[in-house]
Amino acid sequence: MSTKDIKKVNTHPSQNEGLIFEHSSPGKKAYRLRQLDVPAVDAASELGSALRTEAAALPEVSEVEIVRHFTRLSTWNYAVDHGMYPLGSCTMKYNPRVNEYVARLESIAGAHPYQSEASAQGALRIMKTLADALVEICGMDAITLQPAAGAHGEMTGILLMRAYLESKGNPRKKILIPDSAHGTNPATAAMVGYQVENLRSNANGMVDLAALEAQMNEDVAGLMLTNPNTLGIFDAQIGEIAEILHAKGGLLYMDGANMNALVAKARPGDFGVDMMHLNLHKTFSTPHGGGGPGSGPVACKAHLEPFLPKPVVAENADGSLRLDYDRPQSVGRVRAFFGNFGMHVRALAYIMANGPDGLRQTTEDAVLNANYLRKKLEGTFDLPYATPTMHETVFSDKLQNKQGIKTGDIAKRLIDYGFHPYTVSFPMVVHGAMMIEPTESEPLEELDLFVDAMKAIAAECESDPELVKNAPHTTRLSRLDETAAARKPILRWKPEQK
Amino acid sequence: MAYPPEYKYTKEHEWLSVDGATGTIGITDFAQNSLGDIVFVELPKVGAELTAGSTFGTVESVKAVSDLYAPVSGTVTAVNEELATTPEKVNNDPHAAWMVRLTLANPAEAEGLLAVADYEKFIAEEQ
Repeated sequence: MSTKDIKKVNTHPSQNEGLIFEHSSPGKKAYRLRQLDVPAVDAASELGSALRTEAAALPEVSEVEIVRHFTRLSTWNYAVDHGMYPLGSCTMKYNPRVNEYVARLESIAGAHPYQSEASAQGALRIMKTLADALVEICGMDAITLQPAAGAHGEMTGILLMRAYLESKGNPRKKILIPDSAHGTNPATAAMVGYQVENLRSNANGMVDLAALEAQMNEDVAGLMLTNPNTLGIFDAQIGEIAEILHAKGGLLYMDGANMNALVAKARPGDFGVDMMHLNLHKTFSTPHGGGGPGSGPVACKAHLEPFLPKPVVAENADGSLRLDYDRPQSVGRVRAFFGNFGMHVRALAYIMANGPDGLRQTTEDAVLNANYLRKKLEGTFDLPYATPTMHETVFSDKLQNKQGIKTGDIAKRLIDYGFHPYTVSFPMVVHGAMMIEPTESEPLEELDLFVDAMKAIAAECESDPELVKNAPHTTRLSRLDETAAARKPILRWKPEQK
Repeated sequence: MAYPPEYKYTKEHEWLSVDGATGTIGITDFAQNSLGDIVFVELPKVGAELTAGSTFGTVESVKAVSDLYAPVSGTVTAVNEELATTPEKVNNDPHAAWMVRLTLANPAEAEGLLAVADYEKFIAEEQ
């Protein structure tokens, strides 16, 4: 195998490591408890029959073993701190260290949701300041910070849609979803009890207005639109789309997953969107990999505000803050406590560190980076839609298909070049899609390394197709049996297997 | 894989086999091939009413989840329970691995479906 073109990596770190349970032996420990400084409690009398009589089978390991365990595992991983993570639609941007610094300040990290309101004014101020900033960025009137992720935000948004229409006398039956939408959109509509009706895209990858006119009626609650859509195309007819919906009493929900193309440049509230979610773990640089956790605030116009989940942070006459539970039309709580507060802190740190001009620059750089890659790779890979794109770009594997190579093969080979794969086979409107989103985080040097890698792989597709079809070659494990994993999953480790 | 000439086909890649007033539905070789390894098949219950053109279940592969569309209307009389534990049968022998049997509401509906030659022409254009 030729490695001359692989500039970033030679081999991936590869140190064997078992489960932490397998390191366990009785008596090892990594902690020393302090002397008890409160009155001792008799567990048996407090817990009664709920008292555990047998110790839980927890791993017993020393400190150095714990540290090595997780450090070794971390070397199997690829993170945005290793390099570009061009997973389209996921906005895997760098998580600035200032976010982490602020989130670790003792007064913030040590806050507790059961603290009194009077002692939690700082935490409430963080939530209020973030809420106000996000409302302004979206051009909306109100927001809930509770939802814990994008799809959770979608569901909250569609619950608002339903509650609003119910208050008007009829929740309606259907939700329209374009074929270029995020896969979670139809799932969300179904979860909230709506039928999903597919809306075709036109040849430019945008909503077909004539089809929308024809499908829109008083049975349709609304449209869920991702804008820019999963092709990276901004649907410039968004104002007309909103008018068509509003004329028949429907609402326009915007999936804000691709807000990284719009922040501080265009505001959904200004182009007719009634409500939308944001992904703080995409657009606002909070951690995305490893389960985040995510955060998916939902912003809305004034007519939907009464239905927002409770509580919301409200300001008292004296300028202090409170949690407002007195919201009779609210759809209720969608998350324990107040959402993933740690992510609110990080997102606010990001917004404040950048300021309005910084956020605008970020958006411009994200679009510039994606278009740089598009321009450099056009011709090497097939570009199915000629329409200008924003923060991400979608190629197809059509040219490489001649050698029997598919998008997934190219993605696997990219791992050998030291990059995380792009998004494979999505959006489904493109056969063999290769969806690439560099984000604003990447310097020109890293973008050029990526371009070189993609071009080298395209050459390999011609000169040595088997090399690409059997990639990756430098990782601990190569191709896994995804089918067996789905058909016969092993869901837990059992001690008797030791 | 050859497409049985006695079956009827849809543009959504289901096949229908008719025996008197009983219909049997599955998905075609083209469908299983585009989906890839199938890991889960979700089917309706016996007694469910299917409407021609509407979804009646889903097929999940390692790549995607796809809806199943009823080629004709009718009442489900049997469901292939085997597919719950051995969905790979759809990949291995799609034209034998049936999904549901139904009593046809209107046997004439089947006449509107594609004959094997038309279906083969249709998938040739899709490729």
